[in-house]
Amino acid sequence: MSWLDRLRGQPSPRETAKQRLQVILVHDRSDISPGLLEVIKDEIIAVLSRHVPIIAEEVRVTVTQDARECRLVADIPLGNRHGRP
Amino acid sequence: MSAQVITVTSGKGGVGKTTVTANLGMALALAGKKVVCIDADIGLRNLDVVLGLENRIVYDIVHVVEGRCRTRQALIRDKRAPNLWLMPAAQSRDKSAVKPEDMVRICEELRPEFDYILIDSAAGIEEGFRTALAPADLVLLVTNPEVAAVRDADRVIGLVEAMGKPTPKLIVNRLKLDMVRRGDMLDTSDVLEILAIELLGVIPEDEQVVVATNRGTPVVLEERSPAGQAFRAIARRLMGENVPLFLSEDGQGVWGWLRRLVRSGGGR
Repeated sequence: MSWLDRLRGQPSPRETAKQRLQVILVHDRSDISPGLLEVIKDEIIAVLSRHVPIIAEEVRVTVTQDARECRLVADIPLGNRHGRP
Repeated sequence: MSAQVITVTSGKGGVGKTTVTANLGMALALAGKKVVCIDADIGLRNLDVVLGLENRIVYDIVHVVEGRCRTRQALIRDKRAPNLWLMPAAQSRDKSAVKPEDMVRICEELRPEFDYILIDSAAGIEEGFRTALAPADLVLLVTNPEVAAVRDADRVIGLVEAMGKPTPKLIVNRLKLDMVRRGDMLDTSDVLEILAIELLGVIPEDEQVVVATNRGTPVVLEERSPAGQAFRAIARRLMGENVPLFLSEDGQGVWGWLRRLVRSGGGR
Protein backbone atom coordinates (compact mmCIF):
# COMPACT_ATOMS: atom_id res chain seq x y z
CA MET A 1 0.00 0.00 0.00
CA SER A 2 1.50 3.35 -1.03
CA TRP A 3 1.79 6.40 1.20
CA LEU A 4 -0.44 8.23 -1.28
CA ASP A 5 -3.29 5.75 -0.71
CA ARG A 6 -2.76 6.07 3.00
CA LEU A 7 -2.88 9.85 2.74
CA ARG A 8 -6.16 9.60 0.85
CA GLY A 9 -7.59 7.63 3.76
CA GLN A 10 -8.03 4.47 1.69
CA PRO A 11 -8.46 1.32 3.77
CA SER A 12 -5.36 -0.87 3.65
CA PRO A 13 -5.53 -4.19 1.76
CA ARG A 14 -5.30 -5.82 5.16
CA GLU A 15 -8.42 -3.99 6.42
CA THR A 16 -10.25 -4.68 3.16
CA ALA A 17 -9.43 -8.39 3.39
CA LYS A 18 -10.63 -8.55 6.99
CA GLN A 19 -13.89 -6.75 6.28
CA ARG A 20 -14.62 -8.89 3.21
CA LEU A 21 -13.91 -12.06 5.15
CA GLN A 22 -16.22 -11.04 7.98
CA VAL A 23 -19.09 -10.50 5.55
CA ILE A 24 -18.36 -13.71 3.59
CA LEU A 25 -18.20 -15.82 6.73
CA VAL A 26 -21.42 -14.48 8.20
CA HIS A 27 -23.20 -15.74 5.12
CA ASP A 28 -21.20 -19.00 4.91
CA ARG A 29 -21.82 -19.88 8.55
CA SER A 30 -25.52 -19.10 8.56
CA ASP A 31 -26.07 -20.49 5.06
CA ILE A 32 -28.09 -17.36 4.32
CA SER A 33 -27.03 -15.59 1.13
CA PRO A 34 -27.46 -11.82 0.74
CA GLY A 35 -30.26 -12.55 -1.77
CA LEU A 36 -32.12 -14.81 0.64
CA LEU A 37 -31.83 -12.13 3.30
CA GLU A 38 -33.65 -9.68 0.98
CA VAL A 39 -36.44 -12.22 0.43
CA ILE A 40 -36.77 -12.78 4.19
CA LYS A 41 -36.89 -9.04 4.76
CA ASP A 42 -39.66 -8.51 2.19
CA GLU A 43 -41.75 -11.31 3.69
CA ILE A 44 -41.31 -9.98 7.23
CA ILE A 45 -42.48 -6.58 6.02
CA ALA A 46 -45.49 -8.14 4.26
CA VAL A 47 -46.56 -10.17 7.31
CA LEU A 48 -46.06 -7.41 9.89
CA SER A 49 -47.74 -4.77 7.75
CA ARG A 50 -50.96 -6.72 8.02
CA HIS A 51 -50.95 -6.27 11.81
CA VAL A 52 -49.01 -3.12 12.70
CA PRO A 53 -47.91 -0.03 10.82
CA ILE A 54 -44.19 -0.23 10.07
CA ILE A 55 -41.77 1.97 8.18
CA ALA A 56 -40.91 -0.49 5.42
CA GLU A 57 -38.00 1.44 3.93
CA GLU A 58 -36.16 1.54 7.28
CA VAL A 59 -36.43 -2.17 8.05
CA ARG A 60 -33.00 -3.79 8.49
CA VAL A 61 -32.54 -7.56 8.52
CA THR A 62 -28.98 -8.74 9.12
CA VAL A 63 -27.05 -11.78 10.25
CA THR A 64 -24.67 -11.00 13.10
CA GLN A 65 -22.15 -13.16 14.85
CA ASP A 66 -20.58 -13.38 18.25
CA ALA A 67 -17.53 -15.68 18.15
CA ARG A 68 -18.96 -18.61 16.16
CA GLU A 69 -22.64 -18.05 17.01
CA CYS A 70 -24.86 -16.53 14.35
CA ARG A 71 -28.14 -14.75 14.85
CA LEU A 72 -30.69 -13.18 12.57
CA VAL A 73 -31.45 -9.66 13.70
CA ALA A 74 -34.43 -7.66 12.45
CA ASP A 75 -34.71 -3.98 13.25
CA ILE A 76 -38.25 -2.88 12.43
CA PRO A 77 -39.23 0.71 13.15
CA LEU A 78 -42.94 1.08 13.91
CA GLY A 79 -44.97 3.93 12.43
CA ASN A 80 -48.15 5.27 14.04
CA ARG A 81 -51.60 4.62 12.72
CA HIS A 82 -51.62 7.90 10.85
CA GLY A 83 -48.43 7.24 8.94
CA ARG A 84 -44.92 8.18 9.94
CA PRO A 85 -44.35 9.62 13.42
CA MET B 1 2.82 -46.19 24.86
CA SER B 2 -0.30 -45.09 23.04
CA ALA B 3 0.19 -42.60 20.26
CA GLN B 4 -1.73 -39.39 19.90
CA VAL B 5 -3.24 -39.20 16.40
CA ILE B 6 -2.88 -35.72 14.91
CA THR B 7 -4.54 -34.95 11.57
CA VAL B 8 -3.23 -31.98 9.59
CA THR B 9 -5.91 -30.46 7.40
CA SER B 10 -6.80 -27.19 5.67
CA GLY B 11 -9.75 -27.18 3.32
CA LYS B 12 -7.97 -25.19 0.64
CA GLY B 13 -5.09 -26.87 -1.14
CA GLY B 14 -1.59 -25.46 -1.39
CA VAL B 15 -1.44 -23.80 2.03
CA GLY B 16 1.32 -26.08 3.32
CA LYS B 17 -0.30 -29.12 4.94
CA THR B 18 2.37 -31.50 3.69
CA THR B 19 5.21 -29.16 4.67
CA VAL B 20 3.70 -28.82 8.15
CA THR B 21 3.23 -32.59 8.53
CA ALA B 22 6.78 -33.38 7.38
CA ASN B 23 8.41 -30.75 9.56
CA LEU B 24 6.41 -31.42 12.71
CA GLY B 25 7.06 -35.15 12.25
CA MET B 26 10.77 -34.53 11.89
CA ALA B 27 10.87 -32.05 14.80
CA LEU B 28 9.04 -34.45 17.14
CA ALA B 29 11.34 -37.31 16.09
CA LEU B 30 14.46 -35.20 16.66
CA ALA B 31 13.10 -34.39 20.13
CA GLY B 32 13.17 -38.11 20.88
CA LYS B 33 9.56 -39.04 20.16
CA LYS B 34 8.65 -42.04 18.03
CA VAL B 35 6.64 -40.70 15.11
CA VAL B 36 4.89 -42.09 12.06
CA CYS B 37 3.65 -39.78 9.31
CA ILE B 38 0.82 -41.18 7.21
CA ASP B 39 0.15 -39.71 3.77
CA ALA B 40 -3.65 -39.82 3.36
CA ASP B 41 -3.61 -37.99 0.03
CA ILE B 42 -4.24 -41.12 -2.05
CA GLY B 43 -3.54 -40.55 -5.73
CA LEU B 44 -1.62 -37.31 -5.13
CA ARG B 45 1.09 -38.37 -2.73
CA ASN B 46 3.74 -35.83 -1.81
CA LEU B 47 4.79 -36.40 1.78
CA ASP B 48 7.40 -38.90 0.54
CA VAL B 49 8.97 -36.22 -1.68
CA VAL B 50 8.99 -33.50 0.98
CA LEU B 51 10.66 -35.94 3.38
CA GLY B 52 13.07 -37.11 0.65
CA LEU B 53 12.01 -40.75 1.01
CA GLU B 54 10.46 -41.25 -2.44
CA ASN B 55 13.12 -43.70 -3.64
CA ARG B 56 12.56 -46.15 -0.81
CA ILE B 57 8.85 -46.91 -1.27
CA VAL B 58 7.98 -50.56 -1.80
CA TYR B 59 4.55 -50.85 -0.19
CA ASP B 60 1.99 -48.15 0.55
CA ILE B 61 -1.17 -47.65 2.60
CA VAL B 62 -3.43 -49.20 -0.06
CA HIS B 63 -1.32 -52.39 0.02
CA VAL B 64 -1.93 -52.48 3.78
CA VAL B 65 -5.67 -51.92 3.40
CA GLU B 66 -5.93 -54.62 0.76
CA GLY B 67 -3.93 -57.06 2.86
CA ARG B 68 -1.13 -57.33 0.33
CA CYS B 69 1.50 -56.53 2.97
CA ARG B 70 1.73 -56.23 6.73
CA THR B 71 1.40 -52.76 8.28
CA ARG B 72 5.07 -52.72 9.32
CA GLN B 73 6.21 -53.49 5.78
CA ALA B 74 4.69 -50.23 4.50
CA LEU B 75 6.66 -48.15 7.02
CA ILE B 76 9.83 -46.45 5.75
CA ARG B 77 12.36 -45.47 8.37
CA ASP B 78 14.07 -42.10 8.00
CA LYS B 79 17.86 -42.49 8.16
CA ARG B 80 18.43 -38.90 9.38
CA ALA B 81 15.99 -39.35 12.27
CA PRO B 82 15.64 -43.04 13.14
CA ASN B 83 12.57 -42.24 15.27
CA LEU B 84 10.66 -41.08 12.18
CA TRP B 85 8.67 -43.38 9.91
CA LEU B 86 6.57 -42.75 6.82
CA MET B 87 3.58 -44.67 5.55
CA PRO B 88 3.24 -43.45 1.95
CA ALA B 89 0.01 -43.00 0.02
CA ALA B 90 -0.65 -44.94 -3.20
CA GLN B 91 -0.07 -42.88 -6.31
CA SER B 92 -2.09 -44.88 -8.81
CA ARG B 93 -5.38 -45.07 -6.91
CA ASP B 94 -8.05 -42.66 -5.69
CA LYS B 95 -9.50 -41.61 -2.36
CA SER B 96 -12.04 -44.46 -2.28
CA ALA B 97 -9.20 -46.99 -1.82
CA VAL B 98 -8.92 -46.13 1.89
CA LYS B 99 -12.11 -45.84 3.96
CA PRO B 100 -12.43 -44.07 7.33
CA GLU B 101 -12.65 -47.45 9.11
CA ASP B 102 -9.41 -48.57 7.39
CA MET B 103 -7.60 -45.49 8.69
CA VAL B 104 -8.97 -46.09 12.19
CA ARG B 105 -7.81 -49.72 12.08
CA ILE B 106 -4.30 -48.84 10.86
CA CYS B 107 -3.94 -46.21 13.58
CA GLU B 108 -5.16 -48.62 16.26
CA GLU B 109 -2.49 -51.07 15.13
CA LEU B 110 0.24 -48.41 15.21
CA ARG B 111 -0.80 -46.64 18.42
CA PRO B 112 0.97 -48.97 20.90
CA GLU B 113 4.31 -48.57 19.12
CA PHE B 114 4.48 -44.81 18.63
CA ASP B 115 4.18 -41.51 20.49
CA TYR B 116 2.64 -39.57 17.61
CA ILE B 117 0.80 -40.51 14.43
CA LEU B 118 0.62 -37.53 12.04
CA ILE B 119 -1.87 -37.80 9.18
CA ASP B 120 -1.44 -35.53 6.17
CA SER B 121 -4.98 -34.97 4.92
CA ALA B 122 -6.00 -34.47 1.30
CA ALA B 123 -7.25 -31.01 0.32
CA GLY B 124 -10.99 -30.58 0.03
CA ILE B 125 -13.84 -31.73 2.25
CA GLU B 126 -14.84 -34.93 0.49
CA GLU B 127 -14.19 -38.58 1.20
CA GLY B 128 -10.42 -38.26 1.73
CA PHE B 129 -10.97 -35.56 4.32
CA ARG B 130 -13.31 -37.77 6.34
CA THR B 131 -10.89 -40.69 6.13
CA ALA B 132 -8.00 -38.58 7.44
CA LEU B 133 -10.17 -37.16 10.24
CA ALA B 134 -11.68 -40.46 11.41
CA PRO B 135 -8.94 -41.54 13.88
CA ALA B 136 -7.90 -38.01 14.96
CA ASP B 137 -7.43 -37.12 18.63
CA LEU B 138 -6.25 -33.65 17.64
CA VAL B 139 -6.82 -31.68 14.45
CA LEU B 140 -4.37 -29.08 13.20
CA LEU B 141 -5.82 -26.58 10.76
CA VAL B 142 -3.29 -24.95 8.44
CA THR B 143 -4.16 -21.70 6.74
CA ASN B 144 -2.42 -18.82 4.99
CA PRO B 145 -3.24 -15.24 5.94
CA GLU B 146 -5.36 -14.63 2.86
CA VAL B 147 -9.09 -14.43 2.16
CA ALA B 148 -9.69 -17.70 0.27
CA ALA B 149 -7.66 -19.88 2.65
CA VAL B 150 -9.27 -18.39 5.77
CA ARG B 151 -12.73 -18.82 4.30
CA ASP B 152 -12.10 -22.51 3.61
CA ALA B 153 -10.54 -22.95 7.04
CA ASP B 154 -13.71 -21.60 8.62
CA ARG B 155 -15.78 -24.17 6.73
CA VAL B 156 -13.46 -26.96 7.91
CA ILE B 157 -13.86 -25.89 11.57
CA GLY B 158 -17.60 -26.39 11.24
CA LEU B 159 -17.21 -29.78 9.53
CA VAL B 160 -14.68 -31.05 12.08
CA GLU B 161 -17.00 -30.09 14.93
CA ALA B 162 -19.96 -31.70 13.15
CA MET B 163 -17.96 -34.95 13.01
CA GLY B 164 -17.72 -34.87 16.80
CA LYS B 165 -14.00 -34.08 16.78
CA PRO B 166 -12.44 -31.46 19.05
CA THR B 167 -12.16 -27.92 17.70
CA PRO B 168 -9.03 -27.69 15.51
CA LYS B 169 -5.95 -25.78 16.58
CA LEU B 170 -4.66 -23.20 14.13
CA ILE B 171 -1.33 -22.93 12.34
CA VAL B 172 -0.89 -19.75 10.28
CA ASN B 173 1.62 -20.56 7.55
CA ARG B 174 3.57 -18.25 5.22
CA LEU B 175 3.09 -15.01 7.12
CA LYS B 176 4.94 -12.29 5.22
CA LEU B 177 6.18 -9.95 7.91
CA ASP B 178 7.07 -7.08 5.58
CA MET B 179 3.62 -7.17 3.95
CA VAL B 180 1.87 -7.22 7.33
CA ARG B 181 3.95 -4.24 8.39
CA ARG B 182 2.87 -2.33 5.29
CA GLY B 183 -0.78 -3.15 5.90
CA ASP B 184 -0.89 -5.29 2.77
CA MET B 185 -1.61 -8.65 4.41
CA LEU B 186 -3.87 -10.07 7.11
CA ASP B 187 -2.01 -10.45 10.39
CA THR B 188 -2.24 -13.44 12.70
CA SER B 189 -4.44 -11.42 15.04
CA ASP B 190 -6.95 -10.79 12.21
CA VAL B 191 -7.12 -14.49 11.31
CA LEU B 192 -7.55 -15.41 14.98
CA GLU B 193 -10.30 -12.87 15.52
CA ILE B 194 -12.19 -14.19 12.50
CA LEU B 195 -11.78 -17.93 13.11
CA ALA B 196 -11.98 -17.74 16.92
CA ILE B 197 -10.00 -20.92 17.60
CA GLU B 198 -6.82 -21.59 19.54
CA LEU B 199 -3.54 -20.62 17.84
CA LEU B 200 -0.84 -23.29 17.93
CA GLY B 201 1.79 -21.51 15.89
CA VAL B 202 2.85 -19.09 13.18
CA ILE B 203 5.28 -19.96 10.40
CA PRO B 204 6.92 -16.97 8.72
CA GLU B 205 7.44 -16.98 4.97
CA ASP B 206 10.89 -18.43 4.41
CA GLU B 207 12.61 -19.14 1.09
CA GLN B 208 14.52 -21.94 2.75
CA VAL B 209 11.33 -24.00 2.77
CA VAL B 210 11.47 -24.16 -1.03
CA VAL B 211 15.16 -25.04 -0.96
CA ALA B 212 14.51 -27.73 1.66
CA THR B 213 11.66 -29.23 -0.37
CA ASN B 214 13.83 -29.25 -3.49
CA ARG B 215 16.45 -31.24 -1.61
CA GLY B 216 14.03 -33.47 0.29
CA THR B 217 15.41 -32.34 3.66
CA PRO B 218 12.71 -30.79 5.89
CA VAL B 219 13.53 -27.23 6.88
CA VAL B 220 13.55 -28.07 10.62
CA LEU B 221 16.97 -29.59 9.94
CA GLU B 222 18.22 -26.06 9.16
CA GLU B 223 19.26 -24.58 12.47
CA ARG B 224 18.98 -20.94 11.40
CA SER B 225 15.86 -21.02 9.26
CA PRO B 226 13.02 -18.90 10.76
CA ALA B 227 10.44 -21.41 9.50
CA GLY B 228 12.48 -24.26 10.97
CA GLN B 229 12.57 -22.47 14.35
CA ALA B 230 8.81 -21.98 14.18
CA PHE B 231 8.23 -25.68 13.46
CA ARG B 232 10.45 -26.69 16.36
CA ALA B 233 8.48 -24.37 18.66
CA ILE B 234 5.17 -25.92 17.54
CA ALA B 235 6.54 -29.41 18.09
CA ARG B 236 7.54 -28.51 21.64
CA ARG B 237 4.10 -27.07 22.27
CA LEU B 238 2.55 -30.32 21.01
CA MET B 239 4.75 -32.14 23.52
CA GLY B 240 3.13 -30.08 26.27
CA GLU B 241 5.97 -27.63 26.84
CA ASN B 242 5.03 -24.09 27.64
CA VAL B 243 6.84 -22.43 24.74
CA PRO B 244 5.88 -18.84 23.98
CA LEU B 245 4.21 -18.43 20.60
CA PHE B 246 7.08 -16.31 19.39
CA LEU B 247 10.46 -17.65 20.28
CA SER B 248 12.59 -14.66 21.11
CA GLU B 249 11.79 -12.74 24.29
CA ASP B 250 14.54 -10.20 23.77
CA GLY B 251 13.03 -8.62 20.68
CA GLN B 252 15.94 -9.67 18.49
CA GLY B 253 15.62 -10.77 14.90
CA VAL B 254 12.56 -11.82 13.05
CA TRP B 255 10.71 -13.15 16.10
CA GLY B 256 11.13 -10.01 18.11
CA TRP B 257 9.79 -8.12 15.17
CA LEU B 258 6.79 -10.44 14.97
CA ARG B 259 6.11 -10.00 18.68
CA ARG B 260 6.22 -6.24 18.39
CA LEU B 261 3.86 -6.37 15.42
CA VAL B 262 1.33 -8.43 17.32
CA ARG B 263 1.58 -6.24 20.39
CA SER B 264 1.01 -3.08 18.40
CA GLY B 265 -2.03 -4.66 16.80
CA GLY B 266 -0.75 -4.55 13.27
CA GLY B 267 2.33 -2.43 13.13
CA ARG B 268 0.91 0.71 11.60
